[in-house]
Amino acid sequence: MEQIESFFTMGGYGAYVWPAYGLTAAVMIAFLVTTLRSLRSRRKSLDTLQAKAGPRRRRSKGATDKESSS
Amino acid sequence: MHRFANPGRFLRLSGRFLPWSVGLTVLPLGFGLYLGLFVAPADYQQGESVRIMYVHVPSAWLALFIYTNIAIASAIALIWRHPLADVAAKVSSPIGAGFTFLALATGSLWGKPMWGAWWVWDARLTSVLVLFFLYLGHMALLNAFDDPGRGRKAAAVLALVGFVNVPIIKFSVDWWNTLHQPASVLRMEGPSIHAEMLWPLLLMALGFTFYYVTLLLVRMKSELLAARARALRLTALEAGRPEAVAP
Repeated sequence: MEQIESFFTMGGYGAYVWPAYGLTAAVMIAFLVTTLRSLRSRRKSLDTLQAKAGPRRRRSKGATDKESSS
Repeated sequence: MHRFANPGRFLRLSGRFLPWSVGLTVLPLGFGLYLGLFVAPADYQQGESVRIMYVHVPSAWLALFIYTNIAIASAIALIWRHPLADVAAKVSSPIGAGFTFLALATGSLWGKPMWGAWWVWDARLTSVLVLFFLYLGHMALLNAFDDPGRGRKAAAVLALVGFVNVPIIKFSVDWWNTLHQPASVLRMEGPSIHAEMLWPLLLMALGFTFYYVTLLLVRMKSELLAARARALRLTALEAGRPEAVAP
C-alpha cells in the first residue's frame, strides 16, 4: 500500500510528473483518433463517388484488385 | 525514386509495413513505460522528477526528426517534383507541431521544480519555441493560397530555410551558456547517462518514432484517398454529370 502511494506521489514530484505523462498521452491519443476518423470518412465518400461513377469504373477497379492479389 | 511515385505501389508497400510499424510502436512503448516508471532509479539530484525525461526527451527528438523529414521531403518535392513527398511533408507538420508543443510543455513541468521557473529565455528553449512557430508557419502557408500548388511550394521553401534552426537547437547547449543541461546521449564521447536510465529512454524514443511512422503512413493513405475523390468529382463535372458529385 505504501509502495502504491509513493508511486503516485513520485517523491513529492507527482504534481509535475503525472501531468507530463497525461499531456503526452492525451496528445498522442488525439492524433491517433483524428487520423483514423478522417481516414474512415474519406474512404466512405470515395466509395460513394465510385459507386455513382457507374459500373464501368467499378468493374475496372475490381480488375486491379485481382491483379494486386495475385 | 520515381518507382515509389505511383500511389498504388505506395499503398501496397505501406499496407504491408503498417502491422510492423504498429508493433514497433506498441511493444517499445509498453516496455519503455514499465522500465521508466517502475525499474529505472530516481536521480541522485533530481529525485523522481527525472522520470519526466522519458516523455520529454523522445518528444524533443521527434520534434527535430519530423522537421528534418519535412525538410528532406520538401527538397525532393522541389527538385524532382515527387508528388508523394509533398503529401508526406503536408501530413507531417501537424504531428511535428504536436511533439514540439509536448517538448515545451513537459520541459516546463520539469523546469518548474528543478530550476524554479516554468520558462526561461535560454538558447535551447527559445530555439525550440522558434521550431514550434516554423511548424505553424508551414501549416499556415500550405493553406494560404487559392492554388494549392503555390502553397506547397511556399511551404517547402520555408521548411528548407527553417532547417538552419535544427543544428542551432542541437548545439545550443554547447554554443551558449544555458540553464538546460547539455546532451547526455547523442554526444561524441558516448552516452554519459546510466544504462538503467538509458534503456527506457531509448525504448521510448523507438516507440515514439514508430508512432510517427504509423501516423505518417495512415495520413498519407488518407490524403491519397481524398485526392482520388477530388479527381473523380472533376471527371464527373467535366463529363457533365454534376449529380454524380452531389454529396
